[in-house]
Order: sequence, then structure tokens, then C-alpha cells
Amino acid sequence: MDNIIRAQNLIKIFGTLTAVDKVTFSVRKGEIFAFLGPNGAGKTTTIKMLTTLLRPTSGAIELSGVDAVSHPEKARKTFGIVFQDPSLDDELTAMENMEFHAVLYSIPGNEVNSRIEKLLSFVELWDRRNELVKTFSGGMKRRLEIARGLLHNPEILFLDEPTSGLDPQTRNKIWEYVKNLNKQTRITVFFTTHYMEEAQSVAQRIAIMDHGKIIETGTAEGLMEQTKTKSLEEAFLKFTGTALRDEEASGVDRLRNHARRWTR
Amino acid sequence: MGAVYILWKRELIRYFRSRARLVGSLGQPLLFLVALGFGLGPVFQRAGQGNYFQFLGPGVICMGILFTGVFAGIQVIWDRQFGFLKETLVAPVSRFEIMLGKTLGGATVAFIQGLFVLVLAVIVGFRIESFILLPIALLAMFLIALFFTALGISIASTLEDMQGFQLIMNFVVQPTFFLSGALFPLSGVVSFLSLIAAFDPLSYGVDAVRGSLTGVSHFGLGTDLLVLIAISLIVLAIGSYLFSRVEA
Ligand SMILES: Nc1ncnc2c1ncn2[C@@H]1O[C@H](COP(=O)(O)OP(=O)(O)OP(=O)(O)O)[C@@H](O)[C@H]1O
Ligand SMILES: [Mg+2]
Repeated sequence: MDNIIRAQNLIKIFGTLTAVDKVTFSVRKGEIFAFLGPNGAGKTTTIKMLTTLLRPTSGAIELSGVDAVSHPEKARKTFGIVFQDPSLDDELTAMENMEFHAVLYSIPGNEVNSRIEKLLSFVELWDRRNELVKTFSGGMKRRLEIARGLLHNPEILFLDEPTSGLDPQTRNKIWEYVKNLNKQTRITVFFTTHYMEEAQSVAQRIAIMDHGKIIETGTAEGLMEQTKTKSLEEAFLKFTGTALRDEEASGVDRLRNHARRWTR
Repeated sequence: MGAVYILWKRELIRYFRSRARLVGSLGQPLLFLVALGFGLGPVFQRAGQGNYFQFLGPGVICMGILFTGVFAGIQVIWDRQFGFLKETLVAPVSRFEIMLGKTLGGATVAFIQGLFVLVLAVIVGFRIESFILLPIALLAMFLIALFFTALGISIASTLEDMQGFQLIMNFVVQPTFFLSGALFPLSGVVSFLSLIAAFDPLSYGVDAVRGSLTGVSHFGLGTDLLVLIAISLIVLAIGSYLFSRVEA
């Protein structure tokens, strides 16, 4: 039981679109694992299935030995998550958002305050704990969401583009903290990002996804070696670029690829 | 049960924090009381139907509860759109607890709104004729609040976004109010209207509040309360089912 996350043949179909297509992978306990892929690759959909927000069309998921499809409530205790989109209550204060989370996760009453103080201090929001979240900047909201995701001491932390829209200072600080936390508590981290240098410096293993499929999995070095490139960004473009994709892409997909290349 | 409590509390915090909304939502009931109550009073009296203000008061109280309750339930759509719903759905608590907490919270808010309208009505001149039956009136008010909040959540669970909101206001909430006997006596209206009113849940709510506060009842207090309890349980069950299928 070395693998704390196992996904077996995950499929998610929305109407006629197969957003996630037979995805199989596993993440080892204590590992920092990155999911990379262009917009619309299926990263968020995969995370939503792993975190019981979406029912897979088919396939199996195990989190810390718990079948997440048949026992979602039990599986939910094992992880914390920072969603790609905001998920705070703007009309509540930072403190109230944290307290809400503490109750939902049945955190013992005598520990709640000290844990909240520790986490809010770390993300430098302790002084603003009694202010309404709607008065926060995007970066502050993000930091609050990270603090909240860690409040119940999860075994696994899912981070869906946790650093998008943040300044370099905050991004560095967040990854510094995640790496430290991983070292100290052996928390398993599963994250997505569009910043290749983040994946390269933080992740121990990387999966590259496109069109709902995992194309390749390996270390940053391994992926670069395999594509004979000098940076993860180049390797990423090799894997997700036209050469590999057009063979099986439909007309619509091809159109999307062109659009994507133009907007890059 | 902690989850039910914290979801309940959240609704109350949000309600009392938005003072503008709270005060604003008393405007409409006040308008109905003053314009209709005083405006139509003399006509009503001349027709031998007694004091219209006394008749209208309970109807307007129920209107306040209806609108606030449905609105509180419908907020599930906002929660989904602004993302907060995900935070609750991903927590290790059952969907039923979430639904129950939200419903009780919304119902409490709608009930408090009803109390405010009652006080407002009394200030403008409404007389509570029987204080012994006041608890029955409060019970009926809470049941109305419960029913319509659960109804709001049920509807919201089947909607993807706010597109359908206006539709619900115009085709569910408004007819429910206008056809319920809140504004006119059900005895003596054309038979199709009284038939429709008999299928309108709010009719029983209005009748129960009116019966206990002023002693004038159409269906009888016993029937009113039985119907209110039964439909509240039914819509709670339906709401739990629909909410359990919501995906974020
Ligand atoms: N609820 C939904 N209904 C229909 N289609 C959906 C739904 N959610 C996602 N999709 C589609 O599934 C595909 C994968 O989306 P997903 O959000 O998983 O991509 P992603 O890899 O997270 O992209 P990004 O980097 O932009 O966040 C997209 O084509 C998207 O339009
Ligand atoms: Mg995404």
C-alpha cells in the first residue's frame, strides 16, 4: 500500500465530449506530483473526480485505501483541496470561513483556534482575520484558501492552479511552504499549473495530459531527456504540440489547436 | 449535527449582515399594507366583509415569508456560481445534513422576516385578536417558511444558473401569492378560483395565520396545520433527493 492515490481507467463524458479518457495513474505517499496540460486537457475534471465532486462515467479511484466512488464521505476526510475557481464565502470574514471549515471537518474544539492562528499567520492574514473576504485581493483570497485546505491536517493536498494570478513573491512563498510541509509531514501533494518552472522545481514526478489522456509520466529530467530538450517547457510543447496531436485529433480539435497556438 | 448547525448559522450571519436587504425587503409588505389595506378598506367594509386591514395583515405576513423563503432556497444557485458550494460538497458530511442545515437556516431567516412584517403590521394598525392562539400562528409561519425554503432549494438544485430565476418569480412565486386567498376571501369567489386556491400551499398558511390571529378561517385550523406539515415533509424529501444529485 505504497500508493496513496490510485486512478484506474477513469472516464468522464459530458454529452458528446470525452473530457477524461481512460486515465490511469498512481501517486506514492509523500510524493509531490504535478499534472500538466493545455487548457481543456481535463486536469480539473480529473481532480473533481478524485475529490468526489464529480462521479466518473466509469473507472475506479482509491484515496489512502478508501474507494472514493463507493465511499465518498470517508474519502473526503483524507484530502484538502484548493479549487481552480474561488470557493470562499465573500460575505463572511476570513476567520468565519476558517471556522466554518473546522466544523464541517469536525476538528476538536480545543484545537481549532490554535490551528487557525498558525495557518493564518503563515499566510500573513492573521491581522486581517476579522475583515470580510470580499474586501480581499485575489492573492489574499488564494492564500486564505490554501490555509483553509490545510486546516484539517489532510494526508493529501490537491492544488488546482494554486498560483494562477499571483505575483512572483507570493508564488515562491506558497511553493516554499508546500515543499516544507511535504518534508515535515510527508503530506502528498497533487497539483496543476501552467508555470513550467514551478512544476520543474517543485514536482518529483510529472504527468502530461492532453485531450483527456495522459501522454507521458516521468521526472522533469526524464521528460526532457526523452524529448531531447533543454527545458520542461520545450518538452511540454513537444508532447502537446501538433506532431503528436493531429494524428488522432478531430476537425474541431484541430481548430482549437490552431486557436490555442495563436493565443500563446 | 455540527454541519447542520454551522450551515444554519451561516444563513443567519449573512441575513443580519446585509441590513440594506433586510430593510429593503420590508418595503414591499409596507406598500401592500398601506395601499391595499387603507385603499380597499372602505370598499370591503361596504360589501359587508368587515375590516379589510384585519383580513389583509396575515396575507402580507405570509407574503414576506414566501418571498424570503424561496429567495433563501434559491441562493444555492449563487453558492454554486460563486463557488462556495464546492467547499460544502467536498466536506465529509452527508448531502442530507447540508440540505437540512441550509433549509433550517433559510426557514429561520424567512420566519424572522415574517415576525418583522407582523410587528410592522401591528404598528400600522393591525390588531392581534387572540393572544392564546399566537403560538399557533407562529408555528404556521415557521411551517410556511420551511416549505418555501425547501421548495426554493429543490428548484435551485435543478437549475444550472440564474437564467431561470425570473421564470420562477413570475410563474411560481407570484401566482402562489396572488391565488392563495392572501388578498381576497375564498368564500364567495368563482369556483375555479377557489379550486386553484385549494391546491395552493400558501392558502393553508395564510388561513392558519389568519385563523389564529383574527379568528376567521376558511379551511379550519386543524386542516391548515395538517396540510402544512404534510407538504413540508414531502418537499423536504424531494429537496433532499434533488440536492443529493447536484454536481459542482
Ligand atoms: N460541467 C461540464 N460540462 C461540460 N463540459 C465540461 C464540463 N466541465 C468541463 N468540461 C469540458 O471538459 C474539458 C476539460 O475541462 P477541464 O476543466 O478539466 O480542463 P483543464 O485541463 O482543467 O483546463 P484549464 O487548464 O483551462 O483549467 C473541456 O473541454 C471543458 O470544456
Ligand atoms: Mg482546470
